[in-house]
Amino acid sequence: MNAQAAKEASFPEICQTGYAGLAVRFGDHLNEAGNRASLAFASEVIGADLDGVLEVSTALQSVLLRYDPLLVSPDLLRATLATLLAQRDWYAAPLPEGRVLWEVPACFGGGYGPQFEKACSLSGVSGAKAVAELCAKPLRVQAIGFAPSQPYLGELPPNWDIPRQARLNPQVPKGALVVAIRQIVLFSVPSPTGWLHIGQTGLSLFDPARDPAFMLRAGDEIALRPVSGAELEAICASEPFGGAVRRTLP
Amino acid sequence: MTATFALHQTGPAVTVQDLGWDGYVAQGISRGGAMDILAMAEGAALLGQSSNLAALEMPGFGGVFSTSCNCVIALTGAEMRADIEGRVLGWNATHALPAGAKLRIGPVIRGVYGYLHISGGFEPPLLLGARGTHLAAGLRAPLAAGDTLPFGAVQAQRGQGSLAVADRSAGGVIRILPTLQSDMFGADFLVAFQNTGFTRDPRSNRMGVRLSAPDGPNFAPEAARNILSDIVMEGDIQITGDGTPYVLMAESQTTGGYPRIAQVLPCDLPRLAQLSGGAEIRFQMISHSEAIEIERAAQAARAGLAALCKPVVRDPREADDLLAMQLISGVTAGEDER
Repeated sequence: MNAQAAKEASFPEICQTGYAGLAVRFGDHLNEAGNRASLAFASEVIGADLDGVLEVSTALQSVLLRYDPLLVSPDLLRATLATLLAQRDWYAAPLPEGRVLWEVPACFGGGYGPQFEKACSLSGVSGAKAVAELCAKPLRVQAIGFAPSQPYLGELPPNWDIPRQARLNPQVPKGALVVAIRQIVLFSVPSPTGWLHIGQTGLSLFDPARDPAFMLRAGDEIALRPVSGAELEAICASEPFGGAVRRTLP
Repeated sequence: MTATFALHQTGPAVTVQDLGWDGYVAQGISRGGAMDILAMAEGAALLGQSSNLAALEMPGFGGVFSTSCNCVIALTGAEMRADIEGRVLGWNATHALPAGAKLRIGPVIRGVYGYLHISGGFEPPLLLGARGTHLAAGLRAPLAAGDTLPFGAVQAQRGQGSLAVADRSAGGVIRILPTLQSDMFGADFLVAFQNTGFTRDPRSNRMGVRLSAPDGPNFAPEAARNILSDIVMEGDIQITGDGTPYVLMAESQTTGGYPRIAQVLPCDLPRLAQLSGGAEIRFQMISHSEAIEIERAAQAARAGLAALCKPVVRDPREADDLLAMQLISGVTAGEDER
């Protein structure tokens, strides 16, 4: 067994983290199968409604259980998780049911994406080719994080494995599309970022006064549809959810 | 008639807080809520009500307030100067607040976050099931002069009382546990980290307590230690690229790509929240089984707070200095003298 295979053989692993965390890790680098395994296993754990478990959340390659060690012993919970893990090959599991696909109008480049040209040059494609690649197929919400309902979308083709910038972009607006490391993040709040700002949508991903307050869950998908700046402005002025169209995935 | 609490003046970051949101990490929202959970429990014990009823959190400075009807208040957390119409109020105690009387709170004497609890609790509209504030997530904003808040007009079940509370602002040993990334730092690094005294950087906020150690070693990683973004938990100590330790608190981001060297034990977080400028802390790694026993004891202590509240026999309105005097002498924490 070579070193890489040995390393991969250590996953999935169950690790205590801090006082109240048990993490189930399916990998330590960005990987579609590990992400799918995380989403499928989280769904299984939530469905199992385990005693003492307070909250289940997913990251790109892992599931985190927050539990109360005064209500359930760590060893018992770890054994229960090991049993659930052994039920099947989670890397080959189908994605959970009830996922949603949003088709989202997006404008790339110009004032709507000031770093679009830089991103194109780093990924080695023309502007037209870049838009075609980014909009070619639905992108999965691989994880929600950092801010309310904010998705990490992927996985983009290998030429989009461009680094995060050392110098922070002081502020990108709500609804901004930023790119790096084969992922797009769609910002739910105005924020500084080290990622490249390439485009804009009219989405309000989180609104506590709205029902549902959150537009996205991990595992959902977003298909970007390229529009002009004028079209985006018109959509934003007239349509809720920035003109996004919702479909339930089979 | 609705009971109304009016804010005539406020400090810059006064917020209404309960225990925060539970179960929204998967959707990108950390707990939010009060920075000092123990202060919430102390206020609840003093007033004989639930610790999830909302209170005002006052970092550094309170303000000038009044109510539309007679009520009882309790003051906990960081000790602040306070008076009702000039009558000085003791901290960690309850006080009758007559309708219309001016309650003045602030500035802080020691610690960071003072709390004002009221009989029945503050009742701003529920947002996603909670009455707290999460500034980073845009769930409510700091309160401002001219604002009013409804509060539950229920009568406090407990009479006037005070509680002997050990100072949480002076630093000392903070217990920590390993995280998924602790081993990345190496044994020598972990030893050096525990041998270093840290103080609170003024750039701390509800997202995190930033620590500084001007005379300590540089904790900047030798090589870039970027990890795949992973779930962050309250109390995690992340080390940023320039070596700054940051204890992630109530309003932390829910995922992060900086490695976390360790996690602060939950029952020690109030002492980090309240750490006074200049006070020094040292971290001490303990085992998970030790942590469980310490947390069990802390939970029992919180449950026993109500029994430790010392009743004030005389009506405080007839004895202007009584509560202040009792606070000064009442430093033998944990003794029920009834």
